[in-house]
Amino acid sequence: MTSAIEFRGVSRVYGDVRAVDDVSFAIEPGEFFAMLGPSGSGKTTSLRLVAGFDVPTSGQVLLDGADVSGVPPYERNVNTVFQDYALFPHMTVLENVAYGPRVRGTSRSERARRAREMLDLVQLGALGGRRPAQLSGGQRQRVALARALINHPKVLLLDEPLGALDLKLREEMQIELKSLQKKLGITFVYVTHDQGEALSMADRVAVFNKGRIEQVAAPRELYARPATAFVARFVGSANVADAALARALGLPQPFAIRAENVAVLGEAGPSPAGSHCAPGAVLAVQFHGAASRWQVKLDAGEVWSAMVTEEDSRALDGLAVGARVRLCWPRAAAVPLNEAGAF
Amino acid sequence: MRAASTFFYRRPYWYVALLLVPPLLWFGTVYLGSLFALLAQSFYRIDDFTAQIVREPTLDTYRQLVTQPANVDIVLRTVSMAICVTIACAIIALPIAIYMARYASGRMKAFFYVGVMLPMWTSYLVKIYAWRLLLAKEGIIAWCFGKLGLTGLLETLLEAPGIGGPSLSSSYLGMFIVFVYMWLPFMILPMAAALERVPGSLLQASADLGARPSQTFRNVMLPLAVPGIAAGSVFTFSLTMGDYIIPSVVGAPGYFIGMMVYVQQGTAGNIPLAAAFSVVPIVLIFVYLGIARRFGAFDAL
Repeated sequence: MTSAIEFRGVSRVYGDVRAVDDVSFAIEPGEFFAMLGPSGSGKTTSLRLVAGFDVPTSGQVLLDGADVSGVPPYERNVNTVFQDYALFPHMTVLENVAYGPRVRGTSRSERARRAREMLDLVQLGALGGRRPAQLSGGQRQRVALARALINHPKVLLLDEPLGALDLKLREEMQIELKSLQKKLGITFVYVTHDQGEALSMADRVAVFNKGRIEQVAAPRELYARPATAFVARFVGSANVADAALARALGLPQPFAIRAENVAVLGEAGPSPAGSHCAPGAVLAVQFHGAASRWQVKLDAGEVWSAMVTEEDSRALDGLAVGARVRLCWPRAAAVPLNEAGAF
Repeated sequence: MRAASTFFYRRPYWYVALLLVPPLLWFGTVYLGSLFALLAQSFYRIDDFTAQIVREPTLDTYRQLVTQPANVDIVLRTVSMAICVTIACAIIALPIAIYMARYASGRMKAFFYVGVMLPMWTSYLVKIYAWRLLLAKEGIIAWCFGKLGLTGLLETLLEAPGIGGPSLSSSYLGMFIVFVYMWLPFMILPMAAALERVPGSLLQASADLGARPSQTFRNVMLPLAVPGIAAGSVFTFSLTMGDYIIPSVVGAPGYFIGMMVYVQQGTAGNIPLAAAFSVVPIVLIFVYLGIARRFGAFDAL
């Protein structure tokens, strides 16, 4: 089967900045694919290369198996939901949604009918006559979605589409987007810097860092078996022992350990069976409801954190900031890392 | 000092009043007040025998303005010139403004903005007299036409009824060129400002949805430039309507509104008629803005 999107050794260079640096990956038809990374990691540039707003300096971008490097955006069967929604301020909501069919020469009545259909799909049927300025952020988001879907694109690109919404609305929209994608069967490429968003919605996630892809994997795998120190830290903020720290702890290889797998114990006492321990001093304790995050400065130098449930916290009563403790973790929970990356 | 601060903190209305009253007094009396005082004069009339102003409200002066063919000619001549100048300025300015606002960056952008404003920093009179020389029968423009073997074309242009004349510097065509030159920056700058505010993502969204560049220009770029075009055209239109120096230095001998105002309030001493003439551009601008608003020119604001 031909991939919906394929990058073959794609680079995009601006001056001496390699925004995208020799990236290769493939996205399957119907997949919900997330591109995750901090700002400036190359994820948005990659999206722009798919949309056609930018051209690769070298390498090939393939849509449906065909090289589209020289094809302008208006000839690509790809539509985009922009971060700022990019709704046309001088048109009504209905005119905005009907814009795609309009520029493709669809008759006035036909495009109005299709636009109303799309507005119903995103539950904005009643607001067709309004201007974008009269809508709330969530409503604008839906209009942008309807406008991008009306042309029945093979691929929908979403550039941080929920970034401007408040938390509750964002969670609602995540569920809605996911079910919409299932219903339409369209390939979604979703750019975000929020690992929670990427993990909860995507079938697969590509983690970008400094113009390169660190790992492409399903969310569970990404979380359970991060390949690099960057992925371990960025996706779910795990504790990372690079080569130097591992050596200081008497362990042969760099590894990552999730905060919820780390226990806080008093300074004295035997190590639990099958565990490693490292001594340190308490830096801060942050209460998060069901659990607290203990930040501990290891004697070996790094600051690690441990998620401690309320129940276990009671045993630690009386330990204040500055108290000496041990962090212990089951050997089996440590994930070996490919490289001793640091950032 | 501290007591004063506390006083104003507790009484914010006093603070606002202190802030607004002086500028409002200045604006209200010096600016609008004198304008209304002038306009009020248009409702007086001049006594034909004594040449004294009769200070009783009357529409006689306006009747004189709209019934005397010479006056109507002046208004029509000025309005036609102002419309032509505005349209020409808009056509010339649009590509320049689009380039300045959307494509130029860094030094190029600074160069263009300075370049557009530079002519405005020199004396208005110097530029007009310079243009009279450029447009003269033996001037550089006629010379260029000659060198290019196009003297015939220039002569055909100058023979055209209405706009022609013995030379460019004594024809309406020449006057039109000078007007366009003079007011072009007033069209470019608001247009560029309007286009600067258009987010790039709107143009990308249009292309993304399948619009060819010409469609994006027509459907997105141009409508979003309209508020700028409207603002710029108010400048070019009203400046042309009110100017009396360009028509008296360059062009055919027919009178324009500005010259008429100058003559009436000066040598003729007919201030009511001068005031009535100056009401014409104001009324026309209001009508124009009303129409522009009706057609949605300001919807994108």
